[in-house]
Amino acid sequence: MSKISEVVKRARAAFKSGRTRPLQYRLPQVEAARLRYRLQQLEALRRMIQEREADFVGALAADLHKNEWTAYYEEMVYVLEEIDYMIQKLPEWAADEPVEKTPRTQHDESYIHSEPLGVVLIMGTWNYPFNLTIQPMVGAIAAGNAVVLKPSELSENMASLLATVIPQYMDKDMYPVINGGVPETTELLKERFDHIFYTGSTGVGKIVMTAAAKHLTPVTLELGGKSPCYVDKDCDLDVACRRIAWGKFMNSGQTCVAPDYILCDPSIQNQIVEKLKKSLKEFYGDDAKKSRDYGRIISPRHFQRVMGLIEGQKVVHGGTGDAASRYIAPTILVDVDPQTQVMQEEIFGPVLPIVCVRSLDEAIQFIGQREKPLALYVFSNNDKVIKKMIAETSSGGVTANDVIVHITVHSLPFGGVGHSGMGSYHGKKSFETFSHRRSCLVRSLQNEDLNKARYPPSPAKVRGGERPGALAGQGKPVASGLTVPPCPSSQMTRH
Amino acid sequence: MDPVEDTLRRLREAFNSGRTRPAEFRAAQLKSLGHFLQDNKQLLQDALAQDGGLRVGEGRWATQLDAAFIRKEPLGLVLIIAPWNYPLNLMLVPLVGALSAGNCVVLKPSEISKSTEKVLAEVLPRYLDPSCFAVVLGGPQETGQLLEHKFDYIFFTGSPRVGKIVMAAAAKHLTPVTLELGGKNPCYVDDDCDPQIVANRVAFFRYFNTGQTCVAPDYVLCSPEMQERLLPALQSAITRFFGDDPQSSPNLGRIISQKQFQRLQGLLGCGRVAVGGQSDESDRYIAPTVLVDVRETEPVMQEEIFGPILPIVNVRGLDEAVDFINRREKPLALYAFSNSNQVVTQVLARTSSGAFCGNDGFMHMTLTSLPFGGVGASGMGRYHGKFSFDTFSHHRACLLRCAGMEKVNDLRYPPYTDMKVQLLSWSLSQSCSLL
Repeated sequence: MSKISEVVKRARAAFKSGRTRPLQYRLPQVEAARLRYRLQQLEALRRMIQEREADFVGALAADLHKNEWTAYYEEMVYVLEEIDYMIQKLPEWAADEPVEKTPRTQHDESYIHSEPLGVVLIMGTWNYPFNLTIQPMVGAIAAGNAVVLKPSELSENMASLLATVIPQYMDKDMYPVINGGVPETTELLKERFDHIFYTGSTGVGKIVMTAAAKHLTPVTLELGGKSPCYVDKDCDLDVACRRIAWGKFMNSGQTCVAPDYILCDPSIQNQIVEKLKKSLKEFYGDDAKKSRDYGRIISPRHFQRVMGLIEGQKVVHGGTGDAASRYIAPTILVDVDPQTQVMQEEIFGPVLPIVCVRSLDEAIQFIGQREKPLALYVFSNNDKVIKKMIAETSSGGVTANDVIVHITVHSLPFGGVGHSGMGSYHGKKSFETFSHRRSCLVRSLQNEDLNKARYPPSPAKVRGGERPGALAGQGKPVASGLTVPPCPSSQMTRH
Repeated sequence: MDPVEDTLRRLREAFNSGRTRPAEFRAAQLKSLGHFLQDNKQLLQDALAQDGGLRVGEGRWATQLDAAFIRKEPLGLVLIIAPWNYPLNLMLVPLVGALSAGNCVVLKPSEISKSTEKVLAEVLPRYLDPSCFAVVLGGPQETGQLLEHKFDYIFFTGSPRVGKIVMAAAAKHLTPVTLELGGKNPCYVDDDCDPQIVANRVAFFRYFNTGQTCVAPDYVLCSPEMQERLLPALQSAITRFFGDDPQSSPNLGRIISQKQFQRLQGLLGCGRVAVGGQSDESDRYIAPTVLVDVRETEPVMQEEIFGPILPIVNVRGLDEAVDFINRREKPLALYAFSNSNQVVTQVLARTSSGAFCGNDGFMHMTLTSLPFGGVGASGMGRYHGKFSFDTFSHHRACLLRCAGMEKVNDLRYPPYTDMKVQLLSWSLSQSCSLL
């Protein structure tokens, strides 16, 4: 048996030990024990982040040129908030949820009982390698699962750090870390899991779902796409451009919910360019390469890819890069032809194309012709414009008059639709994603008299007085007059 | 030339035109669906009777259109594939969910329940807007071809084996799915209970629809002592329900097809017949049967029975029962009978299944407040009531900000000077969200 198989097997054995789930039930001290283990593991995770912050920042700096600020405020703080929120809410979320009863079940107990799924696989990615690997893990732990973590090999420093540090703080068997490239990932995907959570590209998303189908494993796929950013003529362009520049160029454009491209009327294109330039200067100075706050491209391959997107385009800002340091200057393109490559794939780099459209309707049509994106942005002072844009498009999520921030709200689910993904997480949604919500009805063996009406034989109303057997070779008419399950709600109409 | 291609394109265009968005349109479609059921009650009853002696139930459909920060939007084009055992219910209940969520729908009824298939293909389209709705017919090959097309959601009810095929096809287009599958639903009977009451309840739900129900109790787990008491009680219940000659009872249906009949007839050879055991090929009749002395390796304990046969497996106590259950795939439903609430809740706590009912059969299905779905090999996703609406919707997170308050945003922008870091730390400690 391969090493990967062994690790997964051990995780399953750890889960089956029951320490995330008690063997008894409905006894207060046992309920507390069930949650205690999970809470302890979450607290250990929190301690790990706090005590080893410097190590995490170091890994992020090495992988993506992040600094203490960007590492903490763009990645780590959200995970800490998620842990705190989860710890606070877990007793409430893990409790049985009573549901409305029917007249016939008034004396019964009926509720939804949340249970762990079993062994969950979380495949992280490289652009926010800490956040996108650990934040889902928080939900999986809270829901009582064993978790196999597979960090992205592209962010190699973080991958290596996680493999070292997690076993130092958390249950080694229950939460193993497996590293490796495509061959190891392929092997891992042959194993059977109870849920697979994947963040990454649409292409690999299909591979993950296909592998999951072999075992009927449900999946959450957080993918990507080209998140459009419509800028209306009627808006405060200074503010809009500032916000757009912030969201676009953070982490050197390597953000799944970054505004990918701008749609605007040609009459404001130049103004937009000027204001974007102004904000970029404010943020990163005259030469972004010298700014501590400006990131780097993750790998030579992605560097080449993004530089390639600039070729042949009308560059009004930036356009240069340095392969040795994997630096690409903040770049703005104008009058972009929608047929060109930069408009065919998710850019995932610091290149901002502007495509001109002559109306809101044209913008909506443009967006509708493409795959559903992970995020959609619209800037306008006019509520009607915002409403129409939202109503006539689809996307994972929306922020109006800003970018990115909808994903920082606990109570909003974060996920895609269509090619940008399926399923969602964050906050309570995470807990639900990694749980099985089991419908329960608990009746008693008393009151058997009440059941008399449901049992056959029913007052026979055989159609047309036909004798049974008249439809030889086919079915028989069943006497009507008795409403029975499983037609839902049929019992609500008779009792 | 792909006729399905044209149909799907037509539906997509209709969807993109926005026709299904307004609440009035959806309400009208649902009302019309209600009329379909009322106007054609007899026709449907006959069709269901011909397909296997079933009955039409009444439905009540939830339409909830929420407006919130989470916007529930239609997905687009939905495919619903229904099985043959409750061919109307398992087609229409998902259809109600899909329509109320504002989608265009393609229905693929089972070709095995031919009479119902005919009604759905010929009569139902008269009631629904043809630009937004279509019925596609065919067997496994046609279904395979249908699955090559892109849908925005696929809702499938059927076997785990075909569920895998559906999910693999869906993966090619990144189409999310709900799979309502099956399994062997265990029924644990504790020593501490009244055998006649248990027998009544188990027999009723086992033999309902001639056993062809995904949530029927599939097999009983009990001690040898309890078995001794259960057997005569089961015989008594069967006689009470179906008379001395069940084959002539109007309350017992028939097996859907020759193929299924032969499969079930084969299972009668497992273990030892304690009650029933008769069969009649010309009538596709299988008697309500109880088997004992079955071994785990025999076919009757290897596949979902889906017929009027109830094997009893002996276990010595709760621990052995729980181990037995947990060694196997997670079932769609799980039943535990005991006077002791402790025992019932222990079974619940130590196992997993789509749903659970203590001290009865699938009564839980009558509550639309409870989601209906499987876990593991018994399925993924859920529906019924509000859960249907949610299943067929995209929950889009929306945040509407104003252009003002830009000063507050200042702290999030580079350059990140020490001063800024300090200010930010302070403001975060005040629990205000800057981002």
